[in-house]
Amino acid sequence: MGEFGIGQPVRRKEDVRLLTGQGQFTDDINLDGQLYGAFVRSSHANARINGVDKSTALAMPGVVAVITGQDLVAAGVGNLVNDAAYKDRTGKLMNKPQRQVLPTAQTRFVGECLALVIAHTPAQARDAADVVEFDFEPSPAIASTADGLKADAPLVWPEFGTNLIVHWEYGDAASVEAKLAAADKRVRVQLVNNRVAPSPMEPRVVAAEFDAAQGALTVFTPSQGGRRLQQMLADNLLHLPADKVRIISRDTGGGFGVRSKMYPETVTVAFAAKMLGRPVKWKGDRAETFMSDYHGRDQINDAEIGLDKDGRIIAMQLDTLLNVGAYLSENGVRLPMEGGGRIIPCVYHVPDFYFSVKPMFTNTVCTDTYRGAGRPEANYIMERLMDAAADATGLSRDEIRRRNFIREDQMPYKTHLGFTLDSGDFDGTMKMAMDDSDWAGFEARRAEARKRGKLRGIGLASFIEGAGSRPVEGMRMRIDADCNVTLFAGTYAHGQGHDTVYSQLVNEYLGLDLDKVTLVNGDTATSPAMSVGTFGSRSSMVGGMGVKRTAQAVIAKGKRIAGHLLQTEAEKVVFENGLFKAAASSITLAEVAAAAHDPKKMPEGLALGLDEEVTFKNEVENFPNGAHVAEVEVDPETGIVDIVKYIAVDDCGVVLNPLIVHGQVYGGVMQGIGQVMTENVVYDADGQLLTASYMDYGMPRAAHVEHMEAHFNVVPAKTNELGVKGAGEAGACGAPPAIVSAVTDALKEYGIRHIDMPLTPERVWRAIDGARTEAAA
Amino acid sequence: MDIEVNMKVNGKPVSGKVEARTLLVQFIREHLRLTGTHVGCDTTQCGCCVVHVDGVAMKSCTMLAAQAEGCSITTIEGLAAEDGTLHPMQAAFREHHGLQCGFCTPGMVMMGVDIANRLPGADEKTVRHQLEGNICRCTGYQGIVEAIMDASTVMNASRS
Repeated sequence: MGEFGIGQPVRRKEDVRLLTGQGQFTDDINLDGQLYGAFVRSSHANARINGVDKSTALAMPGVVAVITGQDLVAAGVGNLVNDAAYKDRTGKLMNKPQRQVLPTAQTRFVGECLALVIAHTPAQARDAADVVEFDFEPSPAIASTADGLKADAPLVWPEFGTNLIVHWEYGDAASVEAKLAAADKRVRVQLVNNRVAPSPMEPRVVAAEFDAAQGALTVFTPSQGGRRLQQMLADNLLHLPADKVRIISRDTGGGFGVRSKMYPETVTVAFAAKMLGRPVKWKGDRAETFMSDYHGRDQINDAEIGLDKDGRIIAMQLDTLLNVGAYLSENGVRLPMEGGGRIIPCVYHVPDFYFSVKPMFTNTVCTDTYRGAGRPEANYIMERLMDAAADATGLSRDEIRRRNFIREDQMPYKTHLGFTLDSGDFDGTMKMAMDDSDWAGFEARRAEARKRGKLRGIGLASFIEGAGSRPVEGMRMRIDADCNVTLFAGTYAHGQGHDTVYSQLVNEYLGLDLDKVTLVNGDTATSPAMSVGTFGSRSSMVGGMGVKRTAQAVIAKGKRIAGHLLQTEAEKVVFENGLFKAAASSITLAEVAAAAHDPKKMPEGLALGLDEEVTFKNEVENFPNGAHVAEVEVDPETGIVDIVKYIAVDDCGVVLNPLIVHGQVYGGVMQGIGQVMTENVVYDADGQLLTASYMDYGMPRAAHVEHMEAHFNVVPAKTNELGVKGAGEAGACGAPPAIVSAVTDALKEYGIRHIDMPLTPERVWRAIDGARTEAAA
Repeated sequence: MDIEVNMKVNGKPVSGKVEARTLLVQFIREHLRLTGTHVGCDTTQCGCCVVHVDGVAMKSCTMLAAQAEGCSITTIEGLAAEDGTLHPMQAAFREHHGLQCGFCTPGMVMMGVDIANRLPGADEKTVRHQLEGNICRCTGYQGIVEAIMDASTVMNASRS
């Protein structure tokens, strides 16, 4: 409806507050009489804990308490939650170790929380944390994914006799192998999907207070929605009634998957506040955030396809090694199967597919969901295969893809692991990306760059994403007597602009101005009972449909009120352009809202007010997809890669606000650029984390790309009324394969067909140097 | 050891007794309770804490409060006009969707003003390189770069 409704690039309502320093991030919140916490963290990757001496720390100035794992055990604090239950083909259940909040007998990764020191100032707590003495008995550690399952690898959990968690399989290995053997060509790739640190710009913070009289705990922390954290704290960890635990996130400085998790720090700080009867605040620094925030990716994939003589895939096998770290985090072990597994083999029709996953424990912090959560890994595998297939067949990179795309006439298309793709124009989207990037004119640009001594390459990636996960979510809409709308959401915006987009939807359905709408989110005291949060690119669908459903409920009740006021039956009232109409007479929504709060004007049998809560439920997710083209220049003397142009064409379905969706695409692309160019979490052979600051860990900066553009090929989703497809994670799927494709295209004269991420100058230079040396030999 | 510091912050004289090791950002956040200036790292990399010291962009995590003695500090809270009218840089960030979660934003805006002051009319490549010391994890920088270029034009026009 008009200039503020669906599809308009409305400027964000959130911005003025955040641009003037009025945001409320957790560290901006101070509780009366608060004490400060500092964690003692493990300096060993694998060590037995023989004892702990708190006495020196307790004698330090200002120290109030030192809390260790023994204290939590004595108080009956529960273990962290993981409910995965994969089985191998013999029916054997996966190895499932328990994770104590603070370990009492063994520490299993560097940076693991061992104790919390509470003092009157942050500096006192920090100083005292340095003198809590743990008696460690170190033993050899394993950090490497490549070595984790080798026979001589140190064991993270000796009781299992292996670091393997489970050998999960899909499909018929023998059938696939027979087809590969009979194929015209076999194409194989072996790929490292590097471990990355999600790195929201706001380090993790927890502030907690306990009201002993009410028995009520309040925890302030950045999150992606507090309901699940509330449930775990109440039910599993601190054993409090759920309605006595409140999680509040005012502003959260980036989520990316890692802010949705329950961490030991959250539990321990909450426990301390309850134990001491005083508010306690802990602010993590960046090094702690690197050590203890869950990481992303960390897979090694060995994939092979068989092609017929026309270049069509007849079968595929994929072996995935996944490093989940020292414990089972909430979702880490699921990602190849339930994250990437939703879509793999992605945009391609693969008649026969065998998939083997071997998740393993190592002495590293856990991996878990990070922007894309399994789908960037899956798309990277497929796109590297398609580039290799182009080499093997002599077909162009676009033609080999075109021949294998799932076509619109094959949809709805069932994926191997049971999901159904409803829509997508993969060939059309690829064509747009090639046109928008002037793919056809590339060779002239390559020749021009050559004159400057630069090797120019162009790369292509087609990809698909699975968005809108766990599609059940509540929404409540309350309209007061002055027709001000308050939305109470279980989704929680931490940068995605829900306040703006939901207001646009209210404008669309109720005809009210954006400033009549207020979004309340990030507080379990006000979010609907059925709420899950914001992750997996789900809020456009589940939150957007929640607004639509509550608006419909408001209109339905409004018709009964309007019918009463207009002296006609509710069934004869229609709602159009903000007016309830019956025959020749009409009444505004504002008048109905006022009447709804006036007992004298309300019909008998209706509750006062306009206040509707609805749970939106969908059976299926949605499948955003896209094609991205990257153009790079490589300096062969230094190995430096410049990304000179990046064109993203995305099918995010119906675009509710193009300004915001573009922002999501750009952000995702830049995280993909980070993974492919500079980001890499490195543990050494002893399990020491070498990349625990922004000095050592390569965050992408503004100059890492010269210019980006994002365009849309809108194909509405058929499985939700809004037609939306989630936009948050697509960019991170496209950038890694598009850029590796471009760099290997630039280096094709050296015969370099693959370099593992990140494509640092050193790696690129070494590849070139190796090729030159080989050529000279 | 506590020391006394005196400076002007957002046009108003302020003073305080602080530990000698207190960083300027701690003084701003914890003593003055101006929490718009953020801390995102431990190593002077992220730029979330950028303020202006005597009109020049400075990472306030890398300066002691004592070093700002007698200086004039502007934080993000002091950028908009008294009546709430946004500074052209703030307005441009909104116009170009140069922020998402908002955590790096105050530092980005303060840095953007500094870039526009020093390099009026800077092109995309220059602006991108000038942002070397500011990290954003949400936006992919595209909206930030566009905002700084746009605001730079507006600010330049209003100067001439």
